[in-house]
Amino acid sequence: MIPLAPLSLASPTPASPPTPAAPPTPGQADGRLARSFERRRAGATCGLFPYLTAGFPDVATDRALAAAALEAGVDGFEIGVPFSDPLADGATLQRANARALEGGATLDTALDLAGYIRQRAPDTPVVLMSYYNPLLQRGHRQVAADLEAVQADGVIVADLPPEEGASLHQGLAERSLALIPMLAPTSHTARVRAVAALDPAFVYCVALVGVTGARQDLSQTLGDFLGRVRAELSAPLVVGFGVATPEHVRRVAQLGAAGVIVASALADLVERSPEPVAAARAYVSSLVVAAHGRSSDDLKDQGLPEHR
Amino acid sequence: MIATFTPSPPILAGSRFGAYGGQYVPETIVPALAELEQGYRQALADSTFVEHLQSVLRHYVGRPTPLYEAARFAQRVGGGPVWLKREDLAHTGAHKINNAIGQGLLAQRMGKRRIIAETGAGQHGVATATVCAMLGLACVVYMGEEDTRRQALNVYRMRLLGAEVRPVSAGTRTLKDAINEAFRDWVTGIESSYYLIGSAVGPHPYPEIVRTFQSIISQEARAQALTAIGHLPHRVVACVGGGSNAVGSFAAFLEDACVELVGVEAGGRGPGLGDNAATLGAGRPGVLHGAHSYVLQDSGGQIGATHSISAGLDYPGVGPEHAHLKDSRRVRYHAVEDVGALDAFFALTESEGIMPALEPAHALAWVQANRHPGVTLVTLSGRGDKDIHTVASASGRQEYLA
Repeated sequence: MIPLAPLSLASPTPASPPTPAAPPTPGQADGRLARSFERRRAGATCGLFPYLTAGFPDVATDRALAAAALEAGVDGFEIGVPFSDPLADGATLQRANARALEGGATLDTALDLAGYIRQRAPDTPVVLMSYYNPLLQRGHRQVAADLEAVQADGVIVADLPPEEGASLHQGLAERSLALIPMLAPTSHTARVRAVAALDPAFVYCVALVGVTGARQDLSQTLGDFLGRVRAELSAPLVVGFGVATPEHVRRVAQLGAAGVIVASALADLVERSPEPVAAARAYVSSLVVAAHGRSSDDLKDQGLPEHR
Repeated sequence: MIATFTPSPPILAGSRFGAYGGQYVPETIVPALAELEQGYRQALADSTFVEHLQSVLRHYVGRPTPLYEAARFAQRVGGGPVWLKREDLAHTGAHKINNAIGQGLLAQRMGKRRIIAETGAGQHGVATATVCAMLGLACVVYMGEEDTRRQALNVYRMRLLGAEVRPVSAGTRTLKDAINEAFRDWVTGIESSYYLIGSAVGPHPYPEIVRTFQSIISQEARAQALTAIGHLPHRVVACVGGGSNAVGSFAAFLEDACVELVGVEAGGRGPGLGDNAATLGAGRPGVLHGAHSYVLQDSGGQIGATHSISAGLDYPGVGPEHAHLKDSRRVRYHAVEDVGALDAFFALTESEGIMPALEPAHALAWVQANRHPGVTLVTLSGRGDKDIHTVASASGRQEYLA
């Protein structure tokens, strides 16, 4: 007989309670995220977070895209750290990762972009999104020091479930930086509760069962999923994967999400547009309008075209 | 009495072999791994399942596979006796079928109707397609574009067996990228599909599952050696890519301190990053495909390109148990370059009339190069038919091709 050694979080019926979270350490970084969500909550609207793959299509365009997104009024950024084997990503972000790596992009490229945004926007949260190995090779404490140096706010790791994240969580917490946990429609209640116990700055809710990539429609069960998560935890919920249009963003906002992340659809636009920065500015503006619940008339007042 | 398949516990602490292993996967997959672990443990505890597996291994796979003394090969080498564990004689021509049968029956028991697999050399893809044909399950096999070219015969075999072969054009277009794509497929159809991973890699519990089903190699070989030779071999040698045949070849000998265990990796063209697939020799600890293990990578943690003449060894990671066995020094790992493997391919073919796959040809090459006294047991993990075009173009013996 093989002795049973169930993981406390992975087992459908956990035998032991989840690991207690490290005590929350409120600081400047935590504050920036919290203030961003508070601003949206006060207006009963949803935050808009564009995702930019560092080094895609190139460093100069990245900075121009970030500047355009700031002008469009985004509530924060996710900066993708390029990786050779992005197994949670669909075709668009696979290409973006490959192109960034061909151009020599690394973890430092992502940190530089975060620093660039911080210089222009002192109070806009910036979170890196990475696969685990580049962070592991840099070292958990060094990653935390590097994030602090550019005044980034935390990191999301696509292939690091809470069971494996304790060491990185501790390294980040020492500098008041956030490790953002992810939940998916397949996460059962015990896992949602375990994430709640981590007292996260926000929770990344994966909107669909699958890989990243723009979709025609949002999942029919997204509302049920968010309701299930909301029943167990009070942290802000930020929704990503598949969100592609202002209509999608409006719907996610109506479902009560604190924020929404748009990634592949933006990368698609950057990839195919002859003037990626102008196209991105218009597109992101239309998403911000949808997230913040303003009408398109407000958009026209700003002299910005509505994205279709 | 020859050993039949017996579930035996590996040395596992939670989800890890020592410091290695774990579940570094997207959240969406974690609950499916829990379901898999539960299904696997229930199956092994079910005597009906185990007896059925034993029966299929005997009557369908053709187990036990022989232990054969390669006397003329040993004479040519000039060391002690060499015995071959003939996994090349298993149904479909390689050890891969042991795991494919075990996991295929497990998938069926768990009510999954659609099987996903990755393949490098094509042997695992063929084994999986075979099992799916036998069980009436749908089968999708991901294979790097580069590998579909050099293993065209196996692509054809898989299609004949009713599998859908999907070439993968991302990244290095080899096994690593096929595994990425298999994970992407699995995450999309997580509730209805079963990912039948072919090597002792991936997130827990896959390395343990693959090890369990491949342990039959050493369970049989150990008993056969005691009968045929009268004592245990002095050393056991197996090639290591992801490491499934090696982990199965070592498992029953781990407690036999007197038996030296040797893993042979693909040294490719030489020691530079990108020129070989010697992960344990040239890599360092990192995370790839859901597990913490040795990884060939650059200083920033990007996964390295690999090269090997053998598609089945052409992988920048290795199973976590091998990482543990390396650090604990229970197994010594060495590398053999392409030219050595080719030379051993010819040596065994000419001296014994046995054409080895290029993967175990690496293990034979290490034996050739070292001429150790005492009895050496080599796992001949597969037959070489699939490699004849590679051999012809790499060796200059193209004149044999009519």
